[in-house]
Amino acid sequence: MIDFLPALEHALRRVLPQLHSIEAMNRLSGGASQETWSFDAVCEGGVIPLILRRSPGGQPRVTGETSTSVPLETEAVAIEASRAAGVKAPRVRHVLKEDDGIGQGYVMDRLRGETIARKILRDKEFDAVRPRLARQCGEILARIHAVTVTPELRALLPVVDGPTQLRRYRDIYDLYNYPHPVFEMALKWLEPRMAGAKRQTLVHGDFRHGNLLISPDGVEAALDWELVHIGDPLEDIGWICTNSWRFGVQEKVVGGFGDLPDLLAGYREAGGAQVSEEEARTWIVYGSLKWGIMCMSMYQGFVRDHSVERAAIGRRSSETEVDLINLIIRGKI
Amino acid sequence: MMDQPSMRELVEAVRDFIEQRVMAELRGHTAFHARVAANALSIVARELSSGGPSVEAERARLKGLLGHDGTLIDLNRELCVRIREGKIGLETKGFAEHLTITTRDKVGIDQPSYSGLKRLLADGG
Repeated sequence: MIDFLPALEHALRRVLPQLHSIEAMNRLSGGASQETWSFDAVCEGGVIPLILRRSPGGQPRVTGETSTSVPLETEAVAIEASRAAGVKAPRVRHVLKEDDGIGQGYVMDRLRGETIARKILRDKEFDAVRPRLARQCGEILARIHAVTVTPELRALLPVVDGPTQLRRYRDIYDLYNYPHPVFEMALKWLEPRMAGAKRQTLVHGDFRHGNLLISPDGVEAALDWELVHIGDPLEDIGWICTNSWRFGVQEKVVGGFGDLPDLLAGYREAGGAQVSEEEARTWIVYGSLKWGIMCMSMYQGFVRDHSVERAAIGRRSSETEVDLINLIIRGKI
Repeated sequence: MMDQPSMRELVEAVRDFIEQRVMAELRGHTAFHARVAANALSIVARELSSGGPSVEAERARLKGLLGHDGTLIDLNRELCVRIREGKIGLETKGFAEHLTITTRDKVGIDQPSYSGLKRLLADGG
């Protein structure tokens, strides 16, 4: 028996007056501070598939050393603002209130689709849609970056532009105090290229496999808005093109499924700015550097908990170094 | 001198035991972590068999770039400082080549099937 089920039913009746019961409650993932549940709201006239994301009461979300996570309520606000601007994202049905007694979080629609990269890149049922995904990602990003940043949104979201990000990762790297000449080279290369950030827009912050819900019909939704912020829109374009997210299909620059010109064309057609391959390359370099430093942070976690998985990821920072050499020294995206 | 089996053979024996016997009896997350553990032992086996010569070559290249000898960690720390200060950069003779060779050797141990390494090697790296 799940202890918060009666409270969740009570809370959902505010928005679903015809709710009969909650069925098929199933924990999907999450650690001690945050949970994701899948369930069905059985209502008069049909079943509504839903997702609950919540931090149990009294436990605020634990933010990592390298991230700028926003609270779950802010995530919900950003999703709804984006949906209003035509972005494909799950509809938020209810933001938990304090008197709901289930902690912080929100309930959103559960959409169909796949998030596992290996399946999207290899399974036959995605063969036909794969060549269209890069363009669709470009369209979605253009719409996210066109969301009007209201004073309400601006008050909720951190502002993290390119130079600020670079300083932050430089500080984290310095803190770990272990020499990586390739990261030093990349930091030096990026500094002048990121100086004087041009545009500030809403940025998804983690637009990559795992957070893209994809069906045989195309990209269904952008998920996991935990790292949403105000910053340079090129960050989102660079991150989905970072080799670590191509899952071995290096020649398909966009997520291992598509070509950069298609992404940029989709972006432009949906109202986004003209972006050159060179600008994209700068932010792909940033993506590889960021993931490389995140791998270093896994080693710091390993020192504390001796997890074999963190240990193994620690040794993956060299993968990002070889990517940085291909990008910077060889000039290959 | 230690007796046989060698360090590398011992590590490989444990890895093969995990892969061929232990994993078949495990499920879910523990099975996944057993695979990760076996992969970690493969890294150790590769480092044991190929680490020595490339480490000496790395030190020799660092000595060439910095103008003096030292321990590997000290030389790498000094290289980082000089990059940060702008005294050594991509225009410095031998620097790009040093980073390329060092990284190629590292990834060859950590993840020899990595796509980025294949690309580097295909380009004559």
